[in-house]
Amino acid sequence: MAVTATEIKPIKIGDRRSTEDRAFRGLTRAAGLTTFLILVLIGIFLLWQAIPAFRSQGISFFTNTGWQTSGAHPKFGVASALTGTIIISVIALIVAIPVSIACALFINEYAPLKVLGFIPIKNFLTAAVDLMAAVPSIIYGMWGFFVLQPHMTGLSTWLTSYLGFIPFFKDSAVTNTSSLFICGVIVGIMCMPIITSLCREVFSLTPNGEREGAMSLGASRARVIRDVVFPFSKGGMIGSIMLGLGRALGEAIAVAVIISLAFPLQFHILSEGGNSIAALIATQWGSGGSLGTSALLAAGLVLFVLTLIINMVASRIVNKSLADRR
Amino acid sequence: MTTELGPLTPDDVDDVLDDLSEEAPEPTARPLKRIKPREFKTSDIGVLALSGLSSFSIVWILFTQLTLLSGPLGFVVMWLPVFLGLYWFVNRQLFNRQVAVDRLIGSIVTVGAILMMMPLVLLTVFVFQRGLPQLTWHALFSTQQGVVYTPGSHNIGGVKHALIGTIEQVLIAAVIGVPAAVLTAIFINEVGGRFTKSVRTVVTAMSGTPAIVAGVFIYSLWVIPFGYSGFAGALALAIILLPTITRGTEEVLKVVHNDLREASIALAAPEWRTVWSVVLPTARSGLITSILLGIAVAIGETAPLIMTIFGSQVMNSNPFSQPQAALSLLAYKQIKLPIQSQIDLGYTSALVLFIMVFAVFILARLLSSSLSRKGGGKSKRSILSYTRWTPASAMERQDEGPETEFELEMEPLPPDSGERDQR
Amino acid sequence: MTTHIESNDHKLVAKSTDSSVGESLRVDGVTAAELESKGVHAWFGERMVLQDINLVMERTRVTALIGPSGCGKSTFLRILNRMHEIVPSASLAGQVELDGDDIYDPNQRAATVRRHIGMVFQRPNPFPAMTVRDNVLSGLRFNRIRSNRKDEIVEEALTKAGLWSEVRDRLGNLGGALSGGQQQRLCIARALAVKPAVLLMDEPCSALDPGSTLRIEQTVKEIADEVTVVIVTHNMQQALRVSDKTAFFLAQDGNPGYIVEAGPTSQIFENPVDPRTADYVNGRFG
Repeated sequence: MAVTATEIKPIKIGDRRSTEDRAFRGLTRAAGLTTFLILVLIGIFLLWQAIPAFRSQGISFFTNTGWQTSGAHPKFGVASALTGTIIISVIALIVAIPVSIACALFINEYAPLKVLGFIPIKNFLTAAVDLMAAVPSIIYGMWGFFVLQPHMTGLSTWLTSYLGFIPFFKDSAVTNTSSLFICGVIVGIMCMPIITSLCREVFSLTPNGEREGAMSLGASRARVIRDVVFPFSKGGMIGSIMLGLGRALGEAIAVAVIISLAFPLQFHILSEGGNSIAALIATQWGSGGSLGTSALLAAGLVLFVLTLIINMVASRIVNKSLADRR
Repeated sequence: MTTELGPLTPDDVDDVLDDLSEEAPEPTARPLKRIKPREFKTSDIGVLALSGLSSFSIVWILFTQLTLLSGPLGFVVMWLPVFLGLYWFVNRQLFNRQVAVDRLIGSIVTVGAILMMMPLVLLTVFVFQRGLPQLTWHALFSTQQGVVYTPGSHNIGGVKHALIGTIEQVLIAAVIGVPAAVLTAIFINEVGGRFTKSVRTVVTAMSGTPAIVAGVFIYSLWVIPFGYSGFAGALALAIILLPTITRGTEEVLKVVHNDLREASIALAAPEWRTVWSVVLPTARSGLITSILLGIAVAIGETAPLIMTIFGSQVMNSNPFSQPQAALSLLAYKQIKLPIQSQIDLGYTSALVLFIMVFAVFILARLLSSSLSRKGGGKSKRSILSYTRWTPASAMERQDEGPETEFELEMEPLPPDSGERDQR
Repeated sequence: MTTHIESNDHKLVAKSTDSSVGESLRVDGVTAAELESKGVHAWFGERMVLQDINLVMERTRVTALIGPSGCGKSTFLRILNRMHEIVPSASLAGQVELDGDDIYDPNQRAATVRRHIGMVFQRPNPFPAMTVRDNVLSGLRFNRIRSNRKDEIVEEALTKAGLWSEVRDRLGNLGGALSGGQQQRLCIARALAVKPAVLLMDEPCSALDPGSTLRIEQTVKEIADEVTVVIVTHNMQQALRVSDKTAFFLAQDGNPGYIVEAGPTSQIFENPVDPRTADYVNGRFG
């Protein structure tokens, strides 16, 4: 006779944790909580310290372009800094994405294991990319300022002469140094290793079965990349690009070294002068009295929220794409 | 087919073995011409070189006449499209369109890789070129105290104060940050509970936070009440270290086989023992690597130090009071100054910084490959993968159930490996 | 019986890939070709894994490769469509001739060879991000074959693979959403859509349930009229059910694999010449 389900009940399994286990778990939980706390504290403290600035300017904090924080009628706002940050990041991504993806493809799909029989190309390139990520931003900034900028000035001048009809490329200043364009290029170079490294990993996870399926149908190498590797890696690529974007948005020092800080809204990327929130904080620190500091903290808050949003969106996209795969 | 089903008698087995022991045919005596079919043959290298050279000459001729561009950068910008176009065209004529497109994409990808490597090479050359002449014992072991910078002076001062500052700040940051990070990773991976997902999200959020925001935070939290100090800088660096090391550790812990944990539990070990004596040692190489990488990043950070340590020109070996200097901050400040010897000090500081970061990086890479090979893990991973989530583990996390129905019934086949077994 | 493979100087099989459908994928013309390996040896690095394989796989016939695991059957199969060379340390010697043209000719592109010699793998590998319809047409896409008969081609390929009735209303579903057996039949349809001369099958049913296995075996017998089939199988009964000719592979003591005996299937199983063949087909080892 079959036993019905209602007649069978599982037993309740009880266990008591020992004191040392509870202490251990408590300790780790505390660590996790601390991390959580730090993030919340960052938000709170920034907000708290930024209140005088917000009170002084109100909503026009987001629309003002100047940075006059002392005197009887202070007027300041992050409009130019915010637009500058976005412009630099966009330029950085335009520069970084093609090169990074090409490099990731090269390392993963095209590079022979050994060149001339003994030079391990793949390993070497992977290590080089890692090293690029570890180089301090001040060094990138220095190199950009002293080496790259002189070379790029020529290119900038050429662009303004021949493509000056495009509004972005118009020339509004005497020189083409210290421009948003050059900052964007350097920041882009700094983002490249992150994007490359992550893309390369995702490419290498492409299931072998699909690759071989495509090859057995006569697809050439480029075809396999386009029709198998890319569809599979879409989510990872986007995630890596957003990670790079986060880096670009927050980059302070390289921009601070190169840019010639100017407060009017700057859309002429090839012309001298520009602004970014991180560079603003870095360069203006210490001036402007307490209201000035509060204003900088307010700018920091804006940056914090911005990067937080980008980060959250990035992980959502990546996780969703991986879930879709199943 | 005659079916003689049933167990084999010993005689049967002997018979079969006899049959099998019959000699395999002799390997062929005639000389065998081994071939390794290659997509890109020697003749194709000729095509490549030819296209390269001809495009070079074409652009050389036109370049100086036609454009405002000057310098090597502009030349390369002109040469590349001409080369690629020519290469595609030649291939199309020699072979067919498919080959031309395939080769073109291959060259574009290669160009991309070269473009990627160039900044690194040029950068290294730059740092050494400008900093090495100044790198004397004097520069390493003295500070800026008492140095008067005048145009034309050759006394650049020294970086000792900055060197000590960086070392102290990073050490304190590590002492604070590493245990916190490892414990958090253990919480996420081993202990878990209701907050696991939120903590992981928080760590992800923190890792995207710009360094300057961390500095600004510590300013409002610590510097306002307690003043500038090396310790404040260390706190900011710890915030930057924390998510990097947490994520790297989490990834490494995930890779540790569950069998090991179960064996330890079966021996009635308390949980902390399992983690301390079994899990952590197994993940040791990855752990050390991610810690070293976090340290390398901390050494190089400049932005958060601006408003926490403030910088100084004299030696201050007490990190807990008074502003301190740091290599990165020193470089940043010096290169914006007008006098050449001041800038030179900046170069020197940058070089010392670079060498430090490079040394830690090499150490991290050596340790990761040597230790992981002993532990049977994968070597030759990108060590950057120790600092963030890896797509592989993220994919595993999604794996809730069987993919399709047939996997339930059938045993999984052995995974595809690069080398195919004989079958 | 002509195939669509031209043999003019170095453009051996290259030209046909650029042609449009009407020319190379004749609906009623038979495209099957004869495949012959002459003195094929294979290495992985310095280890020789296959030794002197000489085998004729006749057109419109099904040839089965049987033998215990590890004796190189799959390696040999992958040599037949130039998939062996994907592994960096792989090398080979000998010739493989498709209707007389050596596919390893230095001027011959591997991708073109693979288009004419298709393969179905042990684990079904439809492209999960493509619909069923796109999966079937993927071969045409990869080889840039234009056609205004796409729907017909899809229906024809799926019918031959025995899948049409089941998916005719679900052509827009993703390829990964089918069951295991259906996925494998989709892979067969995909391979058939480009009208290959030869279809290689590497233990296509080993990951499937018995019902799907039978249906696929039926498919193999039906498509043999238009496509030469070479099938590697572990399952001797399957070889018996499906093939016209069988080759028995063996490798001993770490030595390279070789063909012990090859001949008509009925002869191999009922009157094998070599005692080892007799032992194997009678289940005394392997």
